[in-house]
Amino acid sequence: MAIVRSRKQSRVVGWARYSALVVAALLFLVPFYLLVRSAFMREQDLGSPDFHWLPPVWETSNLTGLFDNPAIPMARSLLNSGLIAVTQTVGVLVISGLAGYGLARIPYRWSNTVFYSIVATLLIPAAVTFVPSFVLVSTLGWISTLRGLIIPGLFQALATFLFRQFFLGFPKEIEEAAFIDGLGYWGTFWRIVVPNSLGFVAAIGTITFIGTWNAFLWPLVIGRDQESWTVQIALSTFLTAQSVQVSQLFMAALVAIFPLLLMFLFLQRWIVEGVERTGIAGD
Amino acid sequence: MPSERASEREPGRLSAPRPSLGRRLRGRQDVNLWFWVFVGPFVIGLVVFVYVPIVWSIYLSFFNAYNTVTPTEFVGAGNYLDMLRDPAFRSSLLTFVAFAVFIVPTTFVISLGAALLVARTRVMQSFFRSVFFLPTACSYVVAALIWKMSIFSGIRSGLANAVLGWFGIDSVPWLSLADPPWYWLVIVTARLWLQVGFYMILFLAGIQRISPTLYEAAAIDGAEGWKVFRHITFPQLRATSTAVLLLLLVNAFQAFDEFYNILSTFGTYPPYARPPLVYLYYTALGSGQDFGHGSAGAVILTLIIAIVAVVQGRVLRLGDRGE
Repeated sequence: MAIVRSRKQSRVVGWARYSALVVAALLFLVPFYLLVRSAFMREQDLGSPDFHWLPPVWETSNLTGLFDNPAIPMARSLLNSGLIAVTQTVGVLVISGLAGYGLARIPYRWSNTVFYSIVATLLIPAAVTFVPSFVLVSTLGWISTLRGLIIPGLFQALATFLFRQFFLGFPKEIEEAAFIDGLGYWGTFWRIVVPNSLGFVAAIGTITFIGTWNAFLWPLVIGRDQESWTVQIALSTFLTAQSVQVSQLFMAALVAIFPLLLMFLFLQRWIVEGVERTGIAGD
Repeated sequence: MPSERASEREPGRLSAPRPSLGRRLRGRQDVNLWFWVFVGPFVIGLVVFVYVPIVWSIYLSFFNAYNTVTPTEFVGAGNYLDMLRDPAFRSSLLTFVAFAVFIVPTTFVISLGAALLVARTRVMQSFFRSVFFLPTACSYVVAALIWKMSIFSGIRSGLANAVLGWFGIDSVPWLSLADPPWYWLVIVTARLWLQVGFYMILFLAGIQRISPTLYEAAAIDGAEGWKVFRHITFPQLRATSTAVLLLLLVNAFQAFDEFYNILSTFGTYPPYARPPLVYLYYTALGSGQDFGHGSAGAVILTLIIAIVAVVQGRVLRLGDRGE
């Protein structure tokens, strides 16, 4: 930035800015530190009246005990969460990707009417519809099933809207060339458009995966039986009932956020893009 | 034209009857067919899982529907009047207002501040951005666990009370008392930590879209620091700010996870501090399974949020015109 300042003043401002950033960053890291520390503490040290910066004894048996404890369906709930997050992410990408492309590119007479009736549902906050959705899913007999947890979440109006906007900006010349070569809509989409949109697909995919993995209200409403718990519901049940060792609870939470921390390490670029795309769609 | 190409590629075939058939298939009907191949699956799902439940719910809201989704006893607007008269429902709306008054301005200011700081930083910029963004990976359940059992646990070994202890201050029972309402501090800080990174990213994107020539012009005019922010950065972020404010409000309105996980203990939720969705959850899906009142409540909440969104859009746009 080409702002001219006296050297002394800019140095003071620079130091103040860095100090503020460092303090804020440390504060933001404290909860992660507490999570890791508590996950490796012994129960008696967690309950002791003194605050420990580090575990007096590093207790790794919390991790093994977690998967041996028959009271905690940890393996099962992780499996459920993984299954739900993967199928829902893939499903949303395919269903919304196709719909977004159709809305953007196929000159159907009622295309705009269809589009507006999709956008209209964006105005209704998703969380408020959990009562009617629960009524429907219970009528279908899908309570406590993976079907009930996955299928209603496959139809995301926001993702369809974003895909349509993205495909409207896709260079049309490339598609026209493919079309003239006889690929048709289907072939053009899968062989030309999708391979050239992988960045956008990754952005929507990562943000969908994170949202599904961390979802709480819908799995709470639908996952009544223990076999259908996601990892969030398992954690919440033991947190609100306070029925297991606290140190094991922290270890369970650490295990639960581990896949997402890995994603943040390796795919942060796409997550950031996904946040920018979904957030700005609000205006 | 496509049929000519096809016959060029397959010279062995007789092309006389084929082009006309192909041309017929590629007519308007073909476009209609392909549109529904692409858009149909989504539209069917949307109708079944969004439109049908909403219509059904509006229907249920006019009936006495305890434990049933096919009610017979029509009560007209009775459920709506009951909800509006119910002090618990009204207090849930007040709880939302109190929550929004805390959370919307603080999240807005802190995420904008973080974005401004990170944007001006050259050294380790991506590190700082990642640190503020990292909590987005956390679920509300995990944050509630850390806040409830570690930072704000009522005992001395909880971080907040340990810090107070270093200054010789007595331990505070953060969550076990309704008065003074310390639990607000617990709930608001948890959501702040989770959300700031998300909105910081939106502000950062907005800041990067501002043309550098504006800053250069300001520098030539001798403006710096606060003046640059006041006259260039903040006005240029108007669209982003509007979107962020609306998102913050809508998200605060839908708050459920942290209230449920931080405040309910041994499976019971205290009678206070119930935001609208917590109230709705216990009305419609609690032991009573009162779908009639639950649906009426959902309809009322949807209307409120639609009105808030429209009014906010109007107010901010009016401000725009005034400038």
